[in-house]
Amino acid sequence: MTTISSRAPAWRGIATALAQRLLQAVLVALLVGTLCFFMTRMLPGDMAYRIAAGRYGYDMVTSAAAEAVRLELGLDRPWLAALGDWWQRLLQLDLGVSQVTAEPVMVEIERQLWPTLRLSVLAMFLSLLVGPLLGVLAGLKPGGLLDRVTLAVSVVLRALPSFLLGLVLVLVFSVKLGILPAAGHDDHGSIVLPALTLALGMAAVSCRVARDAMVQVRGSAYFAFALTKGLSMRQALLRHGLRNVAAPVIAYLGVQLVYLVEGVVLVETIFAWPGIGHALVHAIFGRDVPMIQGTALVLGLMFVLFNALVDTACAFIDPRRGAGHAA
Amino acid sequence: MTTAYSPSSDLVLDEAPRRLGRAQRAGIALLVVIALFALFGPWLVGIDPARQQLERFLEAPSLAHPLGFDQLGRSMLARLAHGARLSLSLAAISVLSAAIPGTLLGLLAAWRGGWLERVLAAFADAVLALPGLLLVLLLTAFTPGGFWPLYVGISLALWVEYFRVVRAASRILLASPHVEAARLLGFGPVHIVRRHLLPELLPRLFTLMRFGFAGAVLAMSALGFVGVGLQPPTPELGVMMIELLPYYGEAPWLIGAPVLLLFLTLLGLLLLAPEREAA
Repeated sequence: MTTISSRAPAWRGIATALAQRLLQAVLVALLVGTLCFFMTRMLPGDMAYRIAAGRYGYDMVTSAAAEAVRLELGLDRPWLAALGDWWQRLLQLDLGVSQVTAEPVMVEIERQLWPTLRLSVLAMFLSLLVGPLLGVLAGLKPGGLLDRVTLAVSVVLRALPSFLLGLVLVLVFSVKLGILPAAGHDDHGSIVLPALTLALGMAAVSCRVARDAMVQVRGSAYFAFALTKGLSMRQALLRHGLRNVAAPVIAYLGVQLVYLVEGVVLVETIFAWPGIGHALVHAIFGRDVPMIQGTALVLGLMFVLFNALVDTACAFIDPRRGAGHAA
Repeated sequence: MTTAYSPSSDLVLDEAPRRLGRAQRAGIALLVVIALFALFGPWLVGIDPARQQLERFLEAPSLAHPLGFDQLGRSMLARLAHGARLSLSLAAISVLSAAIPGTLLGLLAAWRGGWLERVLAAFADAVLALPGLLLVLLLTAFTPGGFWPLYVGISLALWVEYFRVVRAASRILLASPHVEAARLLGFGPVHIVRRHLLPELLPRLFTLMRFGFAGAVLAMSALGFVGVGLQPPTPELGVMMIELLPYYGEAPWLIGAPVLLLFLTLLGLLLLAPEREAA
């Protein structure tokens, strides 16, 4: 009975949160699209000649080829009309053709999406496995050895940017010990180091969040009562403790998604992991605007999607929060 | 450059009236040393960071040249000092140019309300929809290798935080009885902002500045490291790291220097956190 009545407002909260996320997704598309539109307009030199050079090679550019490109891409139209067209194409998910590989951007992205999703989900999973577990153990004995050690490690990890952490892991596991591949995408081992890089960075924070939540739970009246009525520590933790520790950890995961998505871009590039972030950096090298737009858009939408999942998880774990959202 | 440090140390005092924690003191000491190195280092070393002495490439550290010479025979200490100056000045100016307009717009939105607040809030939401580094990346794609797109991108990504925090806090403060009393007594907006809002806002602004400063230093070196930020031969920390990585075997101190400097800068900013939020 009680669960049903407490869940009902949570659904309304979830719906509101998801509607906000949908709006965010549209904002991402408009922001990325507009920036990329102006990028094509502001690149130095005559755009038609440049694109023609990218397509046919520098030796093959003639004024006829450039004119053909100009007509095809509508480069001669006023910019406001062109921006309107650009948005329209974007909203129809027509992302254009890569100017480097001449393949549709959609095809490229389909190929890169899976490695990126695999990497980020594995990283999130690993971080949730390591961080909160250590945090809860540390929080059971504040000021104890584990608490102090995890605090020191977490401070060091947080002062180490993801690309340097990746570098350190490569030096230790690939160069010194030679047990894991440093880069590439050939075998199952190659996902370990990039995923570990992202996971350690996130676990460093979630560990401390879980630790503080655990300290708070231990000091609470309901936890003392659970122990007084005769539950063992283990039972009290499982029934009353973990859910209350999980709420802030999951809520904080929303903040960490920024770190995850930014980290994916850097870590994929360093480890030559063939995902979206890697593709974005290489598109910037190659000044391949359709690819820049497509990859930035997908990363942005991934960010929104993960946020929506975190919102939903939060509402389920902590129904009070769901009700608060609706208000 | 000093401006980024002097207000921050004032703000610490504001936050914990008498005592600074041990960690905070260590953080301040670390940052002061790094700031002094960035400020006076290039002048003290006195060697052009681009000057090559090709016969001295990869020379080991000595008393005269404490960090030796890099793979192209350039003084490593000179390059490190210039790199520190570059990173800290970018961070300082982008934090300032995000904090001041962000705070003012936040105050304005909370004070005026209405359509102005809604337009500004919608714009802030649009900027926040993307993770900050993606926004910076997109802006650097306009003119790769430039300093200005980095600066504009970082400031643009940072000001939103100030706007949101100041707006949310000011709305509550403006509705509070003591501000209402001040208004009824006839005090103008400048007085109310200075005497009633800013003292409450400063600790939060200081926290944002710490994060913003770290974020700016980080973004610059990360983009330099993956090759889409500043370009060689600029003595930038991330660029130096990726350039010196192949010489890790022969001369580990070379790559160690920029890595350590970046690590200590971020560590100092992290330690600056007041105890209660030092999670």
